[in-house]
Amino acid sequence: MGASYWWMLLGMAVVTYLPRMIPLTFLDGKELPPVVSGVLRNIPYAVLGALIFPAILHIQDGHILFGIIGAVTAFVLSFIGLDVMFVVIGTIAVLAIYSLF
Amino acid sequence: MNTTFSQGIKAGTSIAIGYFPVALTFGLLAKTTGLSITQATAMSLLVYAGASQYMALSLLATGVAPWLIVMNTFIVNIRHFLMTASLSEKVMPAPKWMKAIYAFGVTDETFSVLATQKEGKVTTAFAFGVALIAYSSWVVFTAVGHVIGANLPQFLQEAMSVALYAMFIGLLVPSMKGNRKVVWLAVMGAAIHCALYYSNLLSTGWSILVATLGSAIFVEFIYVKNKKTIDHWTVQKEAKN
Repeated sequence: MGASYWWMLLGMAVVTYLPRMIPLTFLDGKELPPVVSGVLRNIPYAVLGALIFPAILHIQDGHILFGIIGAVTAFVLSFIGLDVMFVVIGTIAVLAIYSLF
Repeated sequence: MNTTFSQGIKAGTSIAIGYFPVALTFGLLAKTTGLSITQATAMSLLVYAGASQYMALSLLATGVAPWLIVMNTFIVNIRHFLMTASLSEKVMPAPKWMKAIYAFGVTDETFSVLATQKEGKVTTAFAFGVALIAYSSWVVFTAVGHVIGANLPQFLQEAMSVALYAMFIGLLVPSMKGNRKVVWLAVMGAAIHCALYYSNLLSTGWSILVATLGSAIFVEFIYVKNKKTIDHWTVQKEAKN
């Protein structure tokens, strides 16, 4: 893997950066019709749902229960009002204890 | 209220923790795929996108043509168009060059942290803080992973694979409380993605995009139709007061 690797990397960098940069830099928010702006404001919550499921169920191959325990723990910890960092650490701790037994 | 650079660093710390095992594993896999430490770290430094980097490794290993890997990277990352378009509604006005710089730091995780900030708009300093701590973690632990080769105990590696998802849940649940629209958006997004995933209709890159857009448009349509045009930033503020 010589020069072709670096050309590939350059290509990957460009096609990753452009979708990040163009909308954030050139949209101002104010110009958009209310419906479009409403949809854009919905996106964070829709994307979080799509990012969590089904991926969390498959973090260990062929072991869905592992993912379910992780998901339930994280839901409970954040529902009782813990800060995000403690939700992350607490969920890791619960799964670490679970996989030891 | 979160406005300063150091508050951004603090808010981004949970991302940095979440990236630790993922970047470490990437470094290790890159080594076993035959990349040098320079090549592996350069990918994290220049591309900075977890899913596409993992995908690139597996495609390199099977000898796929470089231009096809670039095409796949683009498809996997098209969803960032939606995220940064959404984020443009949420950030404070700033010079274009500044936005163009921190736009590089927009990932699924930094986007989620920035977009779910409760009060008002996100300042540029705060966004830089979140982006910097997350990016540093990603790059540094890629190199560390290549060097040490993921010598963490197996049970800990397994447990840590939940980190990013636990963070997504930790960001989502507080916004769900007292806001039925947020609940519907998340449930619809998850349901559409599950349907696409288990039916093998689309590749992961496309199915996240379709699920997100489908949920955001459908729920908006239902709410506008029922004339319940609730502004959720206002609702969140009221819930907090």
